[in-house]
Amino acid sequence: MIYNSIRRFALGLAVTALAAGGLAGAAYAQRDPAYAAARSSGEVGEKMDGYLGIIGAQKPDLKRLVNDINIKRRAVYAQKAQAASATLEEYALTAGCLTIARTVPGEKYQAPDGTWQTRTAAPPLRDSRCPA
Amino acid sequence: MKHPELTLKGPGATRLPMQRRQSGLKRKRGMRAAGMAAALLGGCITINAPEDAIVIELNINIRQEVIYRLAEDAGNTIEENADIF
Repeated sequence: MIYNSIRRFALGLAVTALAAGGLAGAAYAQRDPAYAAARSSGEVGEKMDGYLGIIGAQKPDLKRLVNDINIKRRAVYAQKAQAASATLEEYALTAGCLTIARTVPGEKYQAPDGTWQTRTAAPPLRDSRCPA
Repeated sequence: MKHPELTLKGPGATRLPMQRRQSGLKRKRGMRAAGMAAALLGGCITINAPEDAIVIELNINIRQEVIYRLAEDAGNTIEENADIF
């Protein structure tokens, strides 16, 4: 009886630890090296709509990488938008404001006029509706 | 003795103008007028395709207050999914 309850307690602890570990793992997951390289070389950039875009040649492997990330982003946007009672486009555009703001000098982003810009130390050119 | 059939057969003694058969010439003229009207209308309805992308027009409908409301949540989402952002 006592042995059983101890075992159950230990099992519960283990499950909690696993769940916490999983969450922490997800939170600290970093960019794929190929993606990180494409960002810093300016081959891919952040678009206004919250997705990645390719600048210049549409190389097949680059296209696959960008499509893969955009599909994942879309899934995340859809889930979060529903939770926040917003549309997918609204949530994606908001994320676009933020991802452009978070670009570091040298990375590419899309300006409100649709052109690709290289981020400098100055604040990026963003949609007038973007939060500060 | 009167047979009711006799009065029922054939058209009435007087016919309304619109019931009367039009002469061939009149009918042709009517058709030509209709054709001209259609041609005139056809000339009027020329719509140029919009040059701007439709996506941008959709985005215009998104209001600033919505973006402000979602900003904090979206910021957390980006941090939680650092591998795809």
